[in-house]
Amino acid sequence: MLPTPDTSHVPFSRVYEPSEDSYLLLDTLSAPAETAFLHARFQGHPPLVLEVGTGSGVVIAFVVAQAAHLFGRRDILAAGVDVNPFACRATNDTVRKAQVDHPGTHAPCWLGADVGDLAAPLPPGKVDILLFNPPYVPSEALPSLPPDAAAPSDLAGLAYSLSNLTDRTPSFDGDSYLLALSYAGGRDGMETTSRLVESLPDILSARGCAYILLCAQNKPDDVKARVGRLGPSWRALTVGESGNKAGWEKLQVIRISKDNVRDRRES
Amino acid sequence: MKVISLNFLTCAVKSCKSSGAAFPLHPKDAELVQDDIELNAQMLLNILPRLDWAALRTNATELGFPELPAELPTREALEADEKKLKDLHHLLVETQIMEGKLVCRNCGHEYAIREGIANFLLPSHLV
Ligand SMILES: [Zn+2]
Repeated sequence: MLPTPDTSHVPFSRVYEPSEDSYLLLDTLSAPAETAFLHARFQGHPPLVLEVGTGSGVVIAFVVAQAAHLFGRRDILAAGVDVNPFACRATNDTVRKAQVDHPGTHAPCWLGADVGDLAAPLPPGKVDILLFNPPYVPSEALPSLPPDAAAPSDLAGLAYSLSNLTDRTPSFDGDSYLLALSYAGGRDGMETTSRLVESLPDILSARGCAYILLCAQNKPDDVKARVGRLGPSWRALTVGESGNKAGWEKLQVIRISKDNVRDRRES
Repeated sequence: MKVISLNFLTCAVKSCKSSGAAFPLHPKDAELVQDDIELNAQMLLNILPRLDWAALRTNATELGFPELPAELPTREALEADEKKLKDLHHLLVETQIMEGKLVCRNCGHEYAIREGIANFLLPSHLV
């Protein structure tokens, strides 16, 4: 078991706390089958890894800290995006800490976390590995994005952006609004994930792949079918699963890639 | 954000994505700090071919760094020239933009950078 990055500095009142879903992503990425896949796919080509919705930063910090184990190389580039500026600040701190804690295996080139919607700040076709632990809990309304979010220290600005919320989010205030952004997924918990899946052909590089976490209510088979409709070479494969435990419903991680080579575990 | 990060950022406005003028974004009123990070020559040499050199060259000049050569020097040339490699390491990896703006030359939108974090959320009229 590779160690989980330290997130003790993160303000969990306004940033999503690492949970069962985060740990399933770590376990999936570090499982022998996935490290073999990643080693082979990015041999001779240092990948750009982007995590969308970094929250505390525990997942991307793990990837950065364990680059030598996961990819067999430390020259990967890594970046993060989150709509919550506090999450971006927390992520930068978590990654820098993890780099210091893992001197022999970490990737030095952390590009940083920025505030944004999904992969919007990235140029098309650049991302080699996309990681997404989405807001997947079914909810009546999808909280709208803060229009012009504030810098982490700019609480006046945050209050401004919160006062500008549309009437779709009348009951959210301050911290609870920021947390809702991290889990509330609208209809079937899929409104945000669907937008990301549709944009994958624009985001990913030719050898790109995406790891997305889903819960049972997201109807994973429907998601896979939708990936198939992106084009004939698109594949979606379940590469990690956790059973029902401690109040968590069944979760899974699917790996989406554009590929002409069929994976041996694909049925 | 590191200067190398500018090579992996563009305007978040959808209609700008297909425009060559939206990449790279242009730093404005940038406040820089210098970190002290150990040079790992092999890693830097592996990463350099991934970069859009012309975009990096533009950004380096905008940030007040000495002009970079028109083409990315060969691996062999850099391996033989430690000073050049150190300068690139200093520019790409050690220099951080802490405050300022990133400007899109296609639509004119300015993205604020605060505490090293850029805000790419768009005002409602640009979404
Ligand atoms: Zn623009």
